[in-house]
Parts: sequence; structure tokens; C-alpha cells
Amino acid sequence: MSTIQSIAGENEHPDVALVERVRRGDVSAYDTLVRKYERQIFRIAQHITQNREDAQDVMQDAFLKAYEKLDQFQGNAKFYTWLVRIAVNESLMRLRKRRSGKMVSIDEDLETDEGTVPRDLADWAPDPEQNYSSAELADILRRTIQGLPRGFRVVFALRDVEGLSTEETAEALGLSVPAVKSRLLRARLQLRERLSRYFHRRTRAAQRTPRKSGVET
Amino acid sequence: MTCTEFLAMLDDMIDDSVVAAETRAEVEQHLHKCGHCEVVLNTTRKTIEIYRSHQIYELPYEVNERLHTAIMARCKAKRC
Repeated sequence: MSTIQSIAGENEHPDVALVERVRRGDVSAYDTLVRKYERQIFRIAQHITQNREDAQDVMQDAFLKAYEKLDQFQGNAKFYTWLVRIAVNESLMRLRKRRSGKMVSIDEDLETDEGTVPRDLADWAPDPEQNYSSAELADILRRTIQGLPRGFRVVFALRDVEGLSTEETAEALGLSVPAVKSRLLRARLQLRERLSRYFHRRTRAAQRTPRKSGVET
Repeated sequence: MTCTEFLAMLDDMIDDSVVAAETRAEVEQHLHKCGHCEVVLNTTRKTIEIYRSHQIYELPYEVNERLHTAIMARCKAKRC
């Protein structure tokens, strides 16, 4: 039987066989799937909710919901993309609860011209991240991405950080491919613009200034 | 090629999805003479690379294990 499975599964994504095992009642196969994607799901939830406790709750609820609804999962989508979609919806529901029932979507606050035209055109220092400790760098990266509208932030997180394709990102967010492309460009340019403040080549005067005072504003 | 036209191609350049050799040549030509666009391309690439290589939201191992155990316990309870 294992021979037949391995022949059938040669070109299949490894998740397909795991999902099938879960459907047949093998909970340990689900353990493997959770293990594989739990960190990504937590990060995506944190990007949307911007709250650590909410992201932890979303991570648990998303995996539980996926488990309960596994029968509804269509094999033509990747399990991971389907799971991300559930996590995105759970994250938005969590935000809605926090705002006492007000509708929340990933389309909020997109009416901004920021980042459509690059303004800071100074080159960056080579390996600019090395000018900061890892804690300082993490703080800069967090604050910078948190300043983006949610609809840009989540597209950047899925596409560029978690490595989903444009099509998968569109499917996970319920957006069209052109919408994902346009948001991704805006997100990338806005982040670049904001990071330029920290990363462009320091002048000699700036190099003489002790770094203790923090980053330029 | 103008800077605006280049900007419209930026994502394709970054994602390496410019297939037409002719277009690629035009882009290269533009970059050769436009330092600003070259900076935008390189620093946008670097932006993505930095976010990819420094995960900013990581759970400590113990917290992750606790959540993992809780998820599996809830799933097993559903099955009964």
C-alpha cells in the first residue's frame, strides 16, 4: 500500500498526503502540519492584529477551525494558502471584537499617496543593518512596518516575508491579482522610504556623533 | 525609458519577472544613466532582504510549545 501511495504522490505537495491522513482520523498527521506552519501563522496574525496576545489566540483558533473544516478544504488549493486565509479572517474578527463590533477589513486607510513617488534618493550604506545592534534593528523594522496601512502591511508580509506567490496572496486575502500587485509596490516603496532615514550613508559629521542618541528622525 | 516607466517595472525587476529581452535592455540602459532609479532599485531590494532575514515576530520556544500542545489538545477533544 505504501508503494502505491508513493507512486501516486510523487508530484504531489507533501501536505496532500498529510491532509488525507488527517481526514482518515490520524491526528498525528495534523500535529505535523501544525508544527510546520505554526510560526508563520503566528507572524501573519501579529502583522494584522499588531498585538501579541491576539496573535497567539488567532494562531490557536485558526488551526482549530482548519481542523474542524478540513472536509471543506478543496484539494485544488494549497493547504497552507487555505490556512492563511482562515488566519487572516480570524485576525480581522479579533480586531472587530476589540473595536466593539465595528467592521474591520484589510482595505482600510489605503487612501494615501505616500510612497507612490520615491523622495529619499540617497544611497544606503553597504550592509546598513550592521550599524545597529540586533535589538535596535528589530525595533526599527517593527516600528517601520507597523506604520504602514494594514492592507499594505499584510500584502508585504505574505508576499515578501512569508514567500507566498502573488496568486496565493490574492487567494489568501480575497483580492484580485492586480490589487495585490499594486499594494505590494506601494508597500515596498513606503518601507524603503521609511527605512532610508535609518540606513542611508552617514555623513562624516554623523559618524562622529555617538549612536547613543538613537536614530535620526 | 523615463523614471515613471521604470517605476512601473520596479516589482517585475525585483521579482525577476521581466521576460522580454528588449524591455530588460531598456531598463538596464535607463539604470546606467539614472543614478536615482538605481538607488531606488537597490534599496528596495535591500528592504525586502532585511525583512526576510530578520524575523521580527518570533515566539520564544516555550511559548510556542505551550500553544502547540494547547492546539493539539483542543483538536483531540473535538474528535471525541
